[in-house]
Amino acid sequence: MICVEQLSHNVGKTPVLQNISLEIPKGKVTALVGPNGAGKSTLLSLIGRLMPLQTGRISVDGADIVQTPTRDLARMMAVLSQTNTLGSRLRVRELVGFGRWPHHQGRPTNEDEQLIAQALEALDLTTFGDRFLEELSGGQRQRAFIAMTLAQGADWLLLDEPLAALDMAFARRIMAQLAALREAGRSVVVVVHDINHAAAWADHVIAMKAGRIAAQGPPEAVCTSQVLGDIYDMELRVTQIEGKPLVLHHL
Amino acid sequence: MAGKRMRPTFILIGLLVPLSVASLLIGAAGIGFADFGSDPHMSLIMTVSRLPRTVAVILTGAALAIAGVVMQQMVRNRFVEPGTTGTAESAAFGLLAVTIVAPASPIWVKMVVASLAAMAGTALFLRLIRRLPAREVLLVPVVGLILSGVLGAIVTFVGWQTDLLQLISIWLMTGEFSGVIAGRYELLWFAAGAAALAWFAADRFSILGLGRETTTSLGLNPDAVMRLGLVVVSVVTALVIVTVGMIPFVGLVVPNIVARRMGDNLRATLPVTAAGGATLVLTCDIVGRLVRFPYEVPVGTILGVVGSGLFLWLLYREPARG
Repeated sequence: MICVEQLSHNVGKTPVLQNISLEIPKGKVTALVGPNGAGKSTLLSLIGRLMPLQTGRISVDGADIVQTPTRDLARMMAVLSQTNTLGSRLRVRELVGFGRWPHHQGRPTNEDEQLIAQALEALDLTTFGDRFLEELSGGQRQRAFIAMTLAQGADWLLLDEPLAALDMAFARRIMAQLAALREAGRSVVVVVHDINHAAAWADHVIAMKAGRIAAQGPPEAVCTSQVLGDIYDMELRVTQIEGKPLVLHHL
Repeated sequence: MAGKRMRPTFILIGLLVPLSVASLLIGAAGIGFADFGSDPHMSLIMTVSRLPRTVAVILTGAALAIAGVVMQQMVRNRFVEPGTTGTAESAAFGLLAVTIVAPASPIWVKMVVASLAAMAGTALFLRLIRRLPAREVLLVPVVGLILSGVLGAIVTFVGWQTDLLQLISIWLMTGEFSGVIAGRYELLWFAAGAAALAWFAADRFSILGLGRETTTSLGLNPDAVMRLGLVVVSVVTALVIVTVGMIPFVGLVVPNIVARRMGDNLRATLPVTAAGGATLVLTCDIVGRLVRFPYEVPVGTILGVVGSGLFLWLLYREPARG
């Protein structure tokens, strides 16, 4: 379980997160949703200790993220941040291979090589293994970064908009893979913009607005026209398909 | 796969061997193969001058190329090297300061002071560029050039005031190997040692090149890796300046060509970068010895010409990219 207590965060004098307390369940897929600027990415970065904590406390499976050595945290959780600007010229296989660094510290074993191959396979990148990242399309590059995060083999996966730049087919495939990880006992926290992916695949939805938690619960409870209408300040209809809420936000 | 990646290293070493032999044979005093062993004067020239010089050139080239690529990973920008970010000028300033304050101090004291000054100057540069917008890739080298210009001006001013301009312009600012003899180049082994340190941390520098966030999420402290890089870059630069003076362009051109062909996985590319730096500097040093034989043109001058040509070629071949 990830436990967030009284978390606040300011950028300059602007409050980005205001006194957030929440629990993220273990062994589930949790979706973070909300309008632009709601603080989703900041919350995810703080949990992933990518930014220094200002006030509040965060623990992952009981381990306080400030007290626990960063190397140990890297084996507990893998974080994919949104800003994957590319400065380096790396091959896909090399990038994915760095996902195993927290485990082998520069001396990859056969097991590491296997997990790298599996991660490449899972994202349909095997044939791209020896290509340089900068020669790939945005979506293929995004898949390479997701593969690196998968290869890390951590219990917790924190992904900030993994579906950005992906086509429909891959978006669905990645959500299905995240759901499969849950079956394998791992936990996933994912920021998604398409609310229907949250509704269809997540067990738990956390909706944020203006630095606060606006609603949380199972998709059926959060993905209603009432709750979402308030959060996004728009009118929308929600219907049901195969027992899952379907949000008609584009009509 | 591994064999294919090693090929450039073997090619470069295949080039280095004949170049080293040429370097041993070329110079004002003629040496032929027939003289080996028979003429004591010849073996003296060999052991006191030619061999140390050749070794010094190879160590310098390899260490500077590695310092360049480490610097580029640290700031995530391909258009910098220690000579264009104030590191070299800071080292020169440290050396000038110790020459003024304690002229009689032993060489290791000068080396330590120059290294510390280089670290301070590089740390200042890293601080300055931290606030720059990430998208403006060309601002980083511009800030570096401005900083090295300012620091260079301070060095020149102090040198002018203290009547040490000759020391600065001949010794520090113009890199050349004609003064290298046995007993006066051995510090470069430390520079090579610092560069070798980079090999052990190769993966860390590659990961640092992916950005602070990825570095953190892979369980590394980006600041710790930065500090290690700072030490490598500063010690290499300072020791090269203390022994042979400033040598431009090696750290810029060689890593760029290597990255173009092989990428940025330093574990695989560092041997090639080192061998490439050694080959480039050795070639330029030999050319410098030949163009006005028996007089010499400093290797820094030759590299200035060759290096800027290579750099222009790189710029036109590769669009501006971080």
